[in-house]
Amino acid sequence: MCLAVPGEILTTEDYGGNRIARVRFGGITRQAFLDFVPEAEVGDYVMVHVGFAISRVDAEEARRTYEALEALGLLEPEPGTEE
Amino acid sequence: MKYIDEYREGRIVQSLAARIASQTTRPWRLMEICGGQTHTIMRYGLDELLPASIRLVHGPGCPVCVTPLEVVDKAIEIASTPDVTFVSYGDMLRVPGSRNDLFRVRAAGGDVRIVYSPMDAVKLARAMPHRRVVFFGIGFETTAPPNAMAVWEARRANLTNFSMLASHVLVPPAIRLLLGSPGNEVQGFIAPGHVCTVMGYWQYEQLCRDFQVPIVVGGFEPADLMKAVSMLVAQLEEGRVELENQYARSVCREGNLAAQRIMADVFEVCDRKWRGIGMIPQSGLALRLEFASWDAERIFDVTGVTADEPAECISAQVLRGLKRPTDCPAFGVRCLPENPMGAPMVSAEGACAAYYQYRRHSIR
Amino acid sequence: MLEAQNSIGQLVCPAPLPAGGQVLLGHGSGGRLSADLVRDVFLAAFHNPILARMDDQAIVSVNGSRLAFTTDTFVVKPLFFPGGDIGSLAVHGTVNDLAMGGAQPLFLSAAFIIEEGLSIETLRTVVGSLQQAASAAAVQVVTGDTKVVERGSGDGLFINTSGIGLVPDGVQLSACRARPGDRVLLSGPIGEHGIAIMARREGLEFDCDLVSDSAALHTLVADMLAASREIRCLRDPTRGGVSSTLNEIASQAGVGIEIEECSIPVREEVKGACEMLGLDPLYVANEGKLIAIVAQEAAEVVLDAMQRHALGGQSAIIGTVTAAHPGLVTMRTTVGCSRIVDMLAGDQLPRIC
Repeated sequence: MCLAVPGEILTTEDYGGNRIARVRFGGITRQAFLDFVPEAEVGDYVMVHVGFAISRVDAEEARRTYEALEALGLLEPEPGTEE
Repeated sequence: MKYIDEYREGRIVQSLAARIASQTTRPWRLMEICGGQTHTIMRYGLDELLPASIRLVHGPGCPVCVTPLEVVDKAIEIASTPDVTFVSYGDMLRVPGSRNDLFRVRAAGGDVRIVYSPMDAVKLARAMPHRRVVFFGIGFETTAPPNAMAVWEARRANLTNFSMLASHVLVPPAIRLLLGSPGNEVQGFIAPGHVCTVMGYWQYEQLCRDFQVPIVVGGFEPADLMKAVSMLVAQLEEGRVELENQYARSVCREGNLAAQRIMADVFEVCDRKWRGIGMIPQSGLALRLEFASWDAERIFDVTGVTADEPAECISAQVLRGLKRPTDCPAFGVRCLPENPMGAPMVSAEGACAAYYQYRRHSIR
Repeated sequence: MLEAQNSIGQLVCPAPLPAGGQVLLGHGSGGRLSADLVRDVFLAAFHNPILARMDDQAIVSVNGSRLAFTTDTFVVKPLFFPGGDIGSLAVHGTVNDLAMGGAQPLFLSAAFIIEEGLSIETLRTVVGSLQQAASAAAVQVVTGDTKVVERGSGDGLFINTSGIGLVPDGVQLSACRARPGDRVLLSGPIGEHGIAIMARREGLEFDCDLVSDSAALHTLVADMLAASREIRCLRDPTRGGVSSTLNEIASQAGVGIEIEECSIPVREEVKGACEMLGLDPLYVANEGKLIAIVAQEAAEVVLDAMQRHALGGQSAIIGTVTAAHPGLVTMRTTVGCSRIVDMLAGDQLPRIC
């Protein structure tokens, strides 16, 4: 359930009391509603599901997660070379 | 694409596979709930990377598949009404009702349209004041806040020609049922990362405690899922029972409060029948009475025609993780994506469709 | 199983059509439903050895010359899209079907089915576009037809083009020539046409700079044939995408095909749109790309010729023909595992899940 894709906020504008963003996904852009993530700013990445941002990607957490995964990759022997 | 590509790196996924293999000393049966996670596993072949002693079974996490037959039949009846423009997410169009599906309604002349966002359905209603626009609001907790916003906006703008046929389902009651049923063999769960983005993971902490089963909130990319499996296996091997959050870049304990608020304002919890499983109490969402003017269930007097699923269809057991699609005698023979006998064969995230599309050749 | 009788009382092949007996949009998607309809209704009626080869064109011998003959109908909506319109598409599509047979395209027919109420200005623009595309491809429109249907019966305009071309001596291109060990070549990034169209589709709109890749491929084909005659088969992956085309070849030739995900070129626009909508670029339509099955020893030479051509700059070798799993296409994913690339039943649908 739940195809949500990370996109970068390029611009935001007011929309009847809330904000709407133009979000970039790879080479395309689309509008997304920021009603659920009102604190998101230009340059932030948000997870977008059916045209709504549902979370702001925590860049620090993402960096930590990725670095841990990468480190695992360096520690583990190459597949096929162990034993 | 940032936050996607790096979680698909082959090197990382392979080293996680090696890590899991070295961790595993006993057989374990794990379940991932979300259809999107099933899709990733099948599409990248991740279960091929796991040691044979780890069996991954697929839970009822496809909202398309579990939408009750009665609701699909109601949708088809409403869509067949002459002045109705019926608007839906793409994946619902092929779901078989008792005798028909929305694609066939379109073939017969019905105005059935696909949208990416529920707000596009509201936009259509504004643009076509002479038509009654009905939006098929299905999904789990992830989709409920956007669907709620559509109804909220329709009320705010006083759009009298917009209504929603709401059929939401909630994940925790389904897990509770699965874990509580006598035949359950699932020993660890990967919780749905985007549902938890909205709802947080405090409900899953309760499940963890009540049933003494480890749960890891997992993301949707190959590295996320392999890491989640690794974390579950570590817990099981060490005898720990905890709620861990693999998907911390999107999920926090409380979830998204603004999204939860709009859900509570527009919807109320109700009993819901899950196709292939049966009635699960307090497992659905329905529109609150104050939104009656935008509730297609109340506006359209449709009784729906109900017939039972074909007897051969074992989707009930597949959805509970008791059987694999390949255990079904009709799989790939009489039950095919172009002629589905049950809902899990219909959308790409349904377990049967995913198996058929990605894995047929290694099965025999 | 149903047994049907044709008009002279002969029993014909029972046709296990899906329950319901109606033609659906999915039957036109280029996927499995389309294949079933063609097999069960059309091939069952028109069986002859030329048709049975099921290539993109028919190669017929007339007084010692080999002619390629093909037909295609264009029903695209919207009529005008970034990178082209139904007029230019109608030329490129048929020219390409001829080119896939190795033919030099020569003459086209153009038949128009016009919905009552279409503006003459629109018709003029489309026809102008068609003429421009024909002229650029050095083909002449030498015959045609016009029909007008009642308002509400058509999407504004449908065009059918049929084409004939001359096949040089010694050029034998057909799917059934593919054999294990051959390489699979692709002439450029996939999914551009389908995504360019989808970007403008009501309910799914998004913004991108992508234009359709609609183009005439016959000069690319000519360069490839000049580089080597060890080309077994050429196909252009239109509706149903690269996946449908590879599955058709595998099925017709009775071979397996294995492709490498990381070797398939995909533009950022196509990737972003597919991620957002939950689509797989392998199933998205192309209108200016080709797939070539080439003998292993000739693959590099043909690839080089493709890369030198304006329309093949990003050509790549994406896979191999194998004796394993005949009729099936598999792909080694970016994480190193293998999975089936199946033919879809009908159209690929955007998903929320």
